[in-house]
Amino acid sequence: MRSDKEGARAPLGLKIAAGLGLAFLHLPILLIFVYAFTTEERSYQWPPPGFTLKWFGVAWGRADLWEALILSLKVASLATLLAMLLGTLCAAAMSRTKFFGRESISLLIILPIALPGIVTGVALRSAFNLAEIPFSFWTLIIGHATFCVVMVYNNAVARFRRLHGSLMEAAADLGADGFQAFRYVVLPNIGTALLAGGMLAFALSFDEVIVTTFTAGQQQTLPIWMLEELVRPRQRPVTNVAAMVVALATFLPILLAYRLTRDGDQTAGAGK
Amino acid sequence: MTAAEIPQSRGLRGALSDWFWRNPGMTLFLMLLPPLLWLGIIYLGSLFALLLQSFYSIDEYSGLINREFTLKTYAELFKPANLDIILRTVTMAALVTVGSAVVAFPIAYFAARYAKGRWKAIFYLGVMLPLWSSYLVKVYAWKLILAREGILNWTFAKLHLTWLVEAWLALPIVGGNSLSVSHTGTFLVFLYVWLPYMILPIQASLERVPGNLIEAASDLGATPRQTFWNVLFPLALPGVLAGSIFTFSLTMGDYIIPQIVGTSRRFIGQAVYAHQGTAGNIPLAAAFTVAPILIMGVYLWFAKRKGAFDAL
Amino acid sequence: MTASASSAPPPALSPAVTFEAVSRHYGAVRAVDGVDLAIAPGEFFAMLGPSGSGKTTCLRLIAGFERPSAGHIRLFGEQVEDLPPYRRGVNTVFQDYALFPHLDILENVGFGLKMRGVEAAERRRAAAEALELVKLPGYGARKPGQLSGGQRQRVALARALVNKPKVLLLDEPLGALDLKLREQMQEELKAIQKSLGVTFIFVTHDQGEALSMADRVAVFSEGKIRQIGAPEEIYNRPRTRFVADFVGSSNLLPPDFVEKRLGARRWGSLRPEQIALRPAGSGEGAPARIASVSYLGATTRLGLETAPEEGALRLHAAVPAAAATGLALGQMVEAAFAPEAIHLMEDAP
Repeated sequence: MRSDKEGARAPLGLKIAAGLGLAFLHLPILLIFVYAFTTEERSYQWPPPGFTLKWFGVAWGRADLWEALILSLKVASLATLLAMLLGTLCAAAMSRTKFFGRESISLLIILPIALPGIVTGVALRSAFNLAEIPFSFWTLIIGHATFCVVMVYNNAVARFRRLHGSLMEAAADLGADGFQAFRYVVLPNIGTALLAGGMLAFALSFDEVIVTTFTAGQQQTLPIWMLEELVRPRQRPVTNVAAMVVALATFLPILLAYRLTRDGDQTAGAGK
Repeated sequence: MTAAEIPQSRGLRGALSDWFWRNPGMTLFLMLLPPLLWLGIIYLGSLFALLLQSFYSIDEYSGLINREFTLKTYAELFKPANLDIILRTVTMAALVTVGSAVVAFPIAYFAARYAKGRWKAIFYLGVMLPLWSSYLVKVYAWKLILAREGILNWTFAKLHLTWLVEAWLALPIVGGNSLSVSHTGTFLVFLYVWLPYMILPIQASLERVPGNLIEAASDLGATPRQTFWNVLFPLALPGVLAGSIFTFSLTMGDYIIPQIVGTSRRFIGQAVYAHQGTAGNIPLAAAFTVAPILIMGVYLWFAKRKGAFDAL
Repeated sequence: MTASASSAPPPALSPAVTFEAVSRHYGAVRAVDGVDLAIAPGEFFAMLGPSGSGKTTCLRLIAGFERPSAGHIRLFGEQVEDLPPYRRGVNTVFQDYALFPHLDILENVGFGLKMRGVEAAERRRAAAEALELVKLPGYGARKPGQLSGGQRQRVALARALVNKPKVLLLDEPLGALDLKLREQMQEELKAIQKSLGVTFIFVTHDQGEALSMADRVAVFSEGKIRQIGAPEEIYNRPRTRFVADFVGSSNLLPPDFVEKRLGARRWGSLRPEQIALRPAGSGEGAPARIASVSYLGATTRLGLETAPEEGALRLHAAVPAAAATGLALGQMVEAAFAPEAIHLMEDAP
């Protein structure tokens, strides 16, 4: 079959514009990698006067950085688990038959990311104040899980929709009760989508700063630590190193999530 | 061949499963209950509490919050200084949206219609990686770039174009002491940080255009240029609109970028942050958040009517 | 039971499937509206009707995917409307096959046995045997996506049959296949049904398929069964205009036309092969003009338009090819038939 994709070639202008756009997206991140090795301590001088590995060691020894990293990992893991539970339930319910209020529920789920983050942040903060809940690890979890639900939901709902037609009926028809159908048919089919959604939720939570500043109190997650360094730099080279490590660390789950959904869609799509 | 026995009930699990089957409405309700309780009570509850507080006022002398229904805080919101903040934020959000649509379109168009195989994956990841890399790292990168001693000024100096930067910075409104403390700098960082949110929906809507539609257009005598403007572009518009929901909303709600790269003139996010924090004026902070909520409400309604939700 | 049996359900203590005044409503829509039905064990039963006639809903009611709004459903005498599908001992071949994409063919076929706790070795043996029955031996290791439509259809059949169901439900199973494959599968299905003796309930909108395969056919429209009977009965003696029209290509005769010939003022039906052509003016039949001629090999199908005084009816006649030579469009002829060939229907005139 012939299609325009095979036939036509991209106009030169388009190629250049697309290439420049991609470069614009990536050069700033690459710059972070260069600055991590600079010998310059007091300014953001370009080109770097020299290169050193010294700051990796210094950063490694910084207790505050480690504490922030560990808190971030804890918050992201727990928020992701909660979001996976809530998001999966929601996706499973929403992919069933049409019911009254379904549209409103889908709006409710996307609201936490459709509304500016600062609205969610201030709303939660003032609610905690009103209810006289002191800021703690758990207020952070509540804030993060709220906006993570949508990531899991979005990934799972499309997969659930494909399932809920005749595949679920086939399972019941062949003698599987509700729990068996979930274990042997639902889970294998939505597993990768759930995992991908969970990873994206993790990445979102790990990186979140706006809602976090409003719900953290005195606690420092890694992004809060970075923000402090950005506003009031103490040791610029350590920030450089931390930025590079964070950039690297976020690449991995994204690459993995990409592989998972791609393969998952291939097997799932092959069923029809 | 003998017919199999009808399988018998299997204990508690079987009984529970049967109950779910006999009560599908109740099952649905039970499934929705935890997420709805969470989002309904924690999220919507907080949101309503916030809105409610915008109708309280702050006592100017004691600094205490007066819990009586009043529109005083909204009157405060409409003072010129505060209106200025809202107007500045909305203008910036609109400019960022237009700017990112312009930059995003060629990338999305190329990725959707010309990139194949390996290149397709490269383009996809090329957008996904910046989208998901750390927000603060990205902002930090621009602080490095825009610094007076940074790479941008260095490049302009090497090209003997420093005069151009200086002329631009001398302009009113967009200019300033240096790029990192000007609205131009703020705009650039916003554009950079939200760009992927614009690319993906446009690409998705372009990919949904069936190939035979393009063939039909050329079959009916349209030149490639005519095909683009009369067929592809209108079909990509819902994608642009979907992307603009993100760029607009994200710009309006951000208070970190203008704080790190920008002038001392505030945006809505900074005003909210300042009022709820050091000033302790929760009512005014709440009233300030009503502005982006209302604007986004109208925007979402409009986008939904134009079919942008299908392109999400 | 054979195709020549009478229209009454065969005598048996408890029929395989019984519907007692079963209805299924969706809001104001009556998808199934007061259906009574008894299907004998071992019967090959077809539910025929246009889309939206309620036939598929009836099948889903038997499987347990839907629950009746009113009435009772029995399987071998046991009331089942409160039993979930996984407790009914019935299996379905789905229209889109519904093979599990994450399992290979052997696992798909063995799924029902696994749910019942049959151990792995026995499961594999039974699944391989079932695959042999549907002529797909050695396909066990493939994934559903690697099979053609016809092969997937066979896997779906094997997956249902391996459980030795009391009743096998088939929801338009041949709908997605091309003509040649469909004819081949019709024969195989029939052979498998005969050799296993399992009750087959088969939903289709294709009257040819229903008539050629089934022992008995129920014709559905608007949620009701319009007629139940053996294929010849449905074909030769349609009870209503709807059945006559939907099943086969009978000519519908209005009450005026029938009254002139039989004295009874009723709607009638007349099969095309029972019309013979006579020369115009012979006085042996109704004057008519030839409106169309299509050659179908051994027979020729003629479109006739009777004269205005005969109601200007459009009739179809199927005549031996030899009898149609030399006929021209527009030519006047007479359409002759024995009055007894007219089958009277029950509709109000």
